[in-house]
Parts: sequence; structure tokens; C-alpha cells
Amino acid sequence: MKVFIYPTNSLILSDLVERFGHEPLALMTEIRKKVNTPGLDSPPLNVTPDDPKKGLKWAAIEIPSGVRGRMAIVDPLIEQAEAAIIIEDAEYMFGCMGCARTNELIKYVVRMKDIPVLELKYPKSENDAKNLVLQVKEFLDKLMKQEKEKARAEEE
Amino acid sequence: MRKIRIAHLTCGSEYSGVQHEIEEAAAKVNAQIVFPEVEIGRIKEISDEFGLQVASPDLRLMIARAQSIVKGTTKADAVFITTCFRCAEGAIVRNSLRDYIHQKSGLPVISYSFTERTSHETLLTRMEALSTTALRRSLLAREEQTGLTAGIDSGSSTTKAIIMRDNKIIGTGWVKTTDVLKSADEAFTIALKEAGVKREELDGLGTTGYGRFLIGKHYNAELIQEELTVNSKGAVYLANAQKGPATVIDIGGMDNKAISVLDGIPGTFTMGGICAGASGRFLEQSAARLGVDVSELGSLAIKGDYNNVTMNSYCIVFGTQSLINSLSLGKSREDVAAAACYSVAEQVFEQQLQEVEVKKPVIMVGGSSLNIGLVKAMSDLLKMDIVVPPYSQHIGAVGSALLVSGLRGGEGNND
Repeated sequence: MKVFIYPTNSLILSDLVERFGHEPLALMTEIRKKVNTPGLDSPPLNVTPDDPKKGLKWAAIEIPSGVRGRMAIVDPLIEQAEAAIIIEDAEYMFGCMGCARTNELIKYVVRMKDIPVLELKYPKSENDAKNLVLQVKEFLDKLMKQEKEKARAEEE
Repeated sequence: MRKIRIAHLTCGSEYSGVQHEIEEAAAKVNAQIVFPEVEIGRIKEISDEFGLQVASPDLRLMIARAQSIVKGTTKADAVFITTCFRCAEGAIVRNSLRDYIHQKSGLPVISYSFTERTSHETLLTRMEALSTTALRRSLLAREEQTGLTAGIDSGSSTTKAIIMRDNKIIGTGWVKTTDVLKSADEAFTIALKEAGVKREELDGLGTTGYGRFLIGKHYNAELIQEELTVNSKGAVYLANAQKGPATVIDIGGMDNKAISVLDGIPGTFTMGGICAGASGRFLEQSAARLGVDVSELGSLAIKGDYNNVTMNSYCIVFGTQSLINSLSLGKSREDVAAAACYSVAEQVFEQQLQEVEVKKPVIMVGGSSLNIGLVKAMSDLLKMDIVVPPYSQHIGAVGSALLVSGLRGGEGNND
């Protein structure tokens, strides 16, 4: 399954999703597309003034352009998401999304998608961290099981 | 001329697709945009120490970067602070950092809220002013005009020319701006004739205002400089306020400027140009609708009471609509004129004057400073006396003539 992660640039979350047999939807893949675009329109991301306009899909014109520009980058990830894992209050080193208003909107849009969503608080101790990994594993295993059952039903 | 380093503090202008516009504006004034380095692991801690616990990590990064400038970890000549237009959290950080950097480092600071439509042309005057303030401090510190020099201010509404000899104004010219070069030539010719001197006798010529590059190139001017630094210099010179603090307000034909000056050198400045409801252009339209010349609008306004008229002129169109509605309701022309003046002053007070430290003396300059109704409205709002110096409508041309005299003999550059 394609699993949306939040923070969307968290390497740890991305790795966990991949380890347990799913495809992480991480921001790095979208940023990479921008970086590989021929011609530097706007360093460092090659975001052009057209991107905030594309972001109008998610936010009206009175929403700051930075929010809409970010939404345009995240848009393909949200569109593909079949499940999501959201970690709240993460340390910046774990993964950091720059704009709080965009973050609120991203999480809202994901929650509205009618897909399985696991929401956890960022761990404050080693024990909490182990629990977080266990909960993520359980969630992803359950997704795997659902996927297999769905495939079997389709075969029958 | 050496490249100046402009430290850019932003919550992510690259996400609005305008980073290259900012870089382009900087390149045009031979400046380099730098991003202060900070440790990612300390960002939250630094912003907590700063005392502004905002939710956006990019805004916290801005705070950490500002601290890096103040502590000298990052070397910068000037600071440019930008956040998204319409973001309240961004505006709080932008304002706090502008004051913090200016107070703690003394570096020239300017802030701007961008949209995806922000262009390098919009940013150019601001960047140029940062560059001038950083590079030409000794020129800006000049207090006396020497020799025989001229200044031309090519504004959006009017073109002004001044001839000065040994610290005295000996010729003035003031014409409406139509064709930029023709208007400059006309104003310049009038000023030269009044001064009784010939062009070739001049020791130097400086240009400023919207048409500065075009007329500067045409006349081969020795000094082509934006109006933020030139006008503030002209203002403190004519108001005899070259020592200590001063605040300069210039309500122009197309935009407004508010400049906080210390010892004749601009510190923080702001330039508004989003809405024409707070410009000289609105006053011109109001005068036309009231059937008086714009030069008579002030005397009409002074006889009226703005409280008798509701006017919301945040937009020039709706402002004019309010004016027409008020007249059709039977309000007096005097009250309507007073309301138009008060509305412009109120908008400048709400938008520009919140971004600079307003310190006495407050000097009003530009053609609109001749409007006594507008000056009174500004004085009422600020609850302090306003200084309108002699030749206040020629301020840019005077500043140019004064500054260009500082270039004689190679003075004035710090490069």
C-alpha cells in the first residue's frame, strides 16, 4: 500500500514503512522531481509562481502563497495515499515541516480522505520509542493483511 | 564596488516561487543574498530563548538566523526579512525581528510580505536602499552641499529639479510628469533659468525617483540613487534635523514611504505601494470630484470635520465611491475633503508607520506635504507636531543635489 507519512520528510518513518513491506509517500521524491527539472527557475526547489496557483486546489486565494506552494508539492502524495501515519510534535531532527498552517491543512486533508490513519505522539523516552515502533508495525501489518484479503477476494 | 551581503530571513519565499525574483533584485544592485547558518538541533531552543514561541519551524529558523546575525556569527551588511502576505504568525515574527536586528546590530533592515506575484522590479528600490545605506554611509552622512550641483527627482506625478550653490537653493523647477525625459528637461530648464546658470557650469548632477535610471543615463548623471535614502537625506537637511533621530513621511503619487533616520542615515524604512487609496493620486481624484485644484484641497479640508463623513478609501475606487456617496447624501465639500485627507493619513498610519520607530521630529515631505489638511490629519493621528520644511515638495531633488556634491573629488564611497 502507498502510505503517506507525516512529517513527510521523516527518514525514520519512511524507512519503517518500507521495512514492513509498504511504499512510503515521502516528500523527498517530490523535491527530487523539482531538483531534476531542467533549468533553475527558483533555487533550491525550482518552485515557480505557478505552483502556488496549483495549490489553489487545496486553499483559496486568501491563504498565504507559501501555504499554497507547499500544498502543490505535497499534492501528488496526498492524491496517492491509501493509508497514513501521522506523528505529532516531532523533534526537528526526526522530520520537520516548515509552515505550521500548511501542516494543519495537510493533516486535515489526509484525515478527510477516508483512509486508515494512525496518529501517534512523538516519543519522549526509549520505552515510548519502542512502543511507537510496535504500533507502527501493527498498523502496517494490518494493512498488509487487508491487502492480501482484498487480493484473494478479487481472485475468487 | 564590492558586493554587499544581504542576509535573507524568510519562512520560505522559495515555496512561493519568488526566490529568484529576490535574487535578481539583489544582483541588480550588486548584492549577494546570504542565508545565515544555524544548527538544526538548536533552532527550537534559540527561539524559545528569544521568547517568541511560534508554531512554524521555518519561522523559528528565521529567529535563529536573526540571532546568528546579531551575534556576528554570520557577516552581513544589511538584512532583508520576508514572509508570506496574509500570514499573521509571519507578520508577528517579521516585525519582532526587524526591531530586534535594528536595535541589536544597527544594520539597515527592510521587510516585505510577498505573494507569488512579487516581482524583482517591486523589490528593486528596497534592495537599492539597503545597498546604499550599507555602502555609502559616509556619503549619506554629508551635511552640507558644496559647489554648483543639480538634482532631478522624476516622480510618478511630478518632476522636480533643483540647482544649489554652496549650500543654498538658487533654482527650482516643478512640472507634471508626462513623458519622463521631456518633463525632466522642462523642470531642469526652468531651474537653470531661475538660477541663471548653464548646464555645462554644473559640478555634478544627481537623479532620483521612478525615472532616475532613464534621466540619469540621458544626462550622464554622476549619481543615480533611489528615493528612500535620497528623500530622507533631503528631509533632515531641509528640516535642520541632521543630528539625532527623525522620522520622514513621504506620501507620493503612487506609493508612500516612512523612514526612520538617525544622524542623517536611514535605519529602517518601509515603502507601501499595494493600494492607491493612500496615495497622492487619491487626493488628486478627490480634488477633481470636489471641483477644486489639488493645491486647494488642503485649505478646503481644514475648514471641514472628517468625523461627519464615513470614508473607507483602502481602495482608490471604493474611496472615490464613498466620496461620491457622501456628497449625494448632502455632506459638505469641506467635510468630504477633510475625510479624504484623514483617510489617507489613517492608512499611512496603519500600514507604514507601524513598521518604523516613530521618533520626533516627524518630517512630512513631497508634494502632498503642501496639503495642510493632510498634515493636520497626520498630526491628529500621531498626536504630535509635524515639521514641513521649506522646499518640502522638492525634497528628492534637494537630496540628490546635496549628495552628488559629496562625490566631487571621489568622496563618499566606502568601497
